[in-house]
Amino acid sequence: MQFMLLFSRQGKLRLQKWYVPLSDKEKKKITRELVQTVLARKPKMCSFLEWRDLKIVYKRYASLYFCCAIEDQDNELITLEIIHRYVELLDKYFGSVCELDIIFNFEKAYFILDEFLLGGEVQETSKKNVLKAIEQADLLQEKTEHVSARVSLGVRKRTRICAGVLTCIKM
Amino acid sequence: MVPQLVHILRTLVTTGYSTEHSISGVSDPFLQVQILRLLRILGRNHEESSETMNDLLAQVATNTDTSRNAGNAVLFETVLTIMDIRSAAGLRVLAVNILGRFLLNSDRNIRYVALTSLLRLVQSDHSAVQRHRPTVVECLREPDGSLSRRALELSLALVNSSNVRAMTQELQGFLESCPPDLQADCASGILLAAERFAPTKRWHIDTTLRVLMTAGTHVRDDAVANLTQLIGGAQELHAYSVRRLYSALAEDISQQPLVQVAAWCIGEYGDLLLEGSCEETEPLQVEEEEVLALLERVLQSHMSLPATRGYALTALMKLSTRLRGDNNRIRQVVSVYGSCLDVELQQRAVEYNTLFRKYDHMRAAILEKIPLVERGGSQADEEAKESKETAQLSEAAPVPTEPQASKLLDLLDLLDGPSGDAQHPPPLDPTPGGALIHLLNLPCAPPPPAPIPNLKVFEREGLQLNLSFVRPPGTRTLLLITVTATNTSGGDVTHFICQAAVPKSFQLQLQAPSGDTVPAQGGLPTTQLLRILNPKKAPLRLKLRLTYNHFGQSVQEIFEVNNLPVETWQ
Repeated sequence: MQFMLLFSRQGKLRLQKWYVPLSDKEKKKITRELVQTVLARKPKMCSFLEWRDLKIVYKRYASLYFCCAIEDQDNELITLEIIHRYVELLDKYFGSVCELDIIFNFEKAYFILDEFLLGGEVQETSKKNVLKAIEQADLLQEKTEHVSARVSLGVRKRTRICAGVLTCIKM
Repeated sequence: MVPQLVHILRTLVTTGYSTEHSISGVSDPFLQVQILRLLRILGRNHEESSETMNDLLAQVATNTDTSRNAGNAVLFETVLTIMDIRSAAGLRVLAVNILGRFLLNSDRNIRYVALTSLLRLVQSDHSAVQRHRPTVVECLREPDGSLSRRALELSLALVNSSNVRAMTQELQGFLESCPPDLQADCASGILLAAERFAPTKRWHIDTTLRVLMTAGTHVRDDAVANLTQLIGGAQELHAYSVRRLYSALAEDISQQPLVQVAAWCIGEYGDLLLEGSCEETEPLQVEEEEVLALLERVLQSHMSLPATRGYALTALMKLSTRLRGDNNRIRQVVSVYGSCLDVELQQRAVEYNTLFRKYDHMRAAILEKIPLVERGGSQADEEAKESKETAQLSEAAPVPTEPQASKLLDLLDLLDGPSGDAQHPPPLDPTPGGALIHLLNLPCAPPPPAPIPNLKVFEREGLQLNLSFVRPPGTRTLLLITVTATNTSGGDVTHFICQAAVPKSFQLQLQAPSGDTVPAQGGLPTTQLLRILNPKKAPLRLKLRLTYNHFGQSVQEIFEVNNLPVETWQ
């Protein structure tokens, strides 16, 4: 896979993951053109189209378009499955995912995508493992937050104790 | 490594089943697809690995559940793998059948994928794909753009001599209803297929006509040239084509290629149009005035391109000799366009005007029917072919150019008329008359004495040209000609160059002349040796071209040598 884009029906980009090195300008240009092309497609048309020298596989879920660009030798049907698997993962994680979830928790969406795909290829075919990895990452995040919260609290306590001791000494 | 992969895939397909890895009954399709891809890369051009994989691929192909997309994805990957490795014939047939089944699937995506793969297969397994032709043609009628484009490409690839009529019918139907961006491809595809597989000339003309009428603006540029050449070659169909073109033109003058071809045809065969009945179309009573009116309409219409106008003007001119009535109307039109803003039209009109006024006696000869042009020839003057007074014309008004700016009439082709060779003529210089040298390396041999009589071929103002022939006894196909130029006049002939041309089946070699000046008063004659090889023992025809300066004038003469003795080529 060369890149994956998620955008809404109004053409606003919600998620972009690039597996090929391109300059920012090129990325923007490609995004603009592709969004226009895909949004112009009628609902009954097939999910594949030829664009430049790439094959584009897209699928619409509610108000979001999931769009992947694959190379000539890739299998289009399995790409549809990849898109579907990703949506299932998001669904499982967020619990009945909707566009808002992705807007507000976009970094989680990226994490899940990175656990599932690496360098454009599927790296973990088991749903459970992906979700487990994300859960572990979440736990780690919470623990560190907790610890840092306690540390900042502890620092304040200690400064108060010191201040108290100082005042005692003064007095 | 291949056996291990095969083993893994086999266990996966037959026994391995875990809910978290599988999708709707197909165990771990991602892994399966990746293994199949790896097998494809390993098996390409490698007999051993391909053989190891054969059974497994057959097993996967038959056991995979195809009710859901995951199964279809695995199946598709299997088909791709079978296509790429050195698989057994039975396996390839299985692959084509799977693709055929995909074609019948109601899911558009699957059909798209099937069409794409069949396109790749059609080169190698043509007959297997032919069986699915009806389904492919069905897909042409899809409203979806990408699907119909794939179907179009595949249909064009499937056309062959047995199904060309039916397929062209379908494709023409498609052409009428398809979106504009596909029209160009469809039109050129139909024309190409018609060229390759046309069963009869009449069918070919009909098909091309229909394509031009439906999608005229999208055809390729050389469609006009091809069609004119085709019509020119089909002598028996002249009347038929001119009638069809006339009726088509009368209906609609906006499709430029059609108008161009129609104008050319009416100009060439206008007399056939007015004759009356033709058994292949309905009787069409056409008056001279109608024809002229139509051509004038084309000339004046703002939809006509400048090239089209040129065609129409030349056609009008040709009609002046073909029609029996008087030419006043034509003369009027021609003189009006003498002051047209478009330079090309103005030039033509002025030349034609001059033709009416000063050279009326030559008009009939100049505007005779064009002989058939070889495909891929180069540009030359029409006058040099039709009129005998070449020298006079080259001094007179500038020569009107043939509207088909891309074709040349090769001088060599004239000689080749009866034998009808299909080779391409060698490229000619753009100078009037063109160079006639056709050189090939031949081994030298001394000329032995010969009993063939000499031939005097040319005489003008004291300059004489004689040919003497020698047939060396050793080689039955070789002929040596010595060209001798003698000058009995008062002035020297300088810069004398003699060139020769022979039909294509002959090989000619000119050796250097003894000099390029023929001194006056019967001085030393100039000789030049020609070697002609005649492997096919065909009748010899020889055309000579002379250029020289005599009495301060530069003279150019082109003539064919008649009365060649039979012994020269038998």
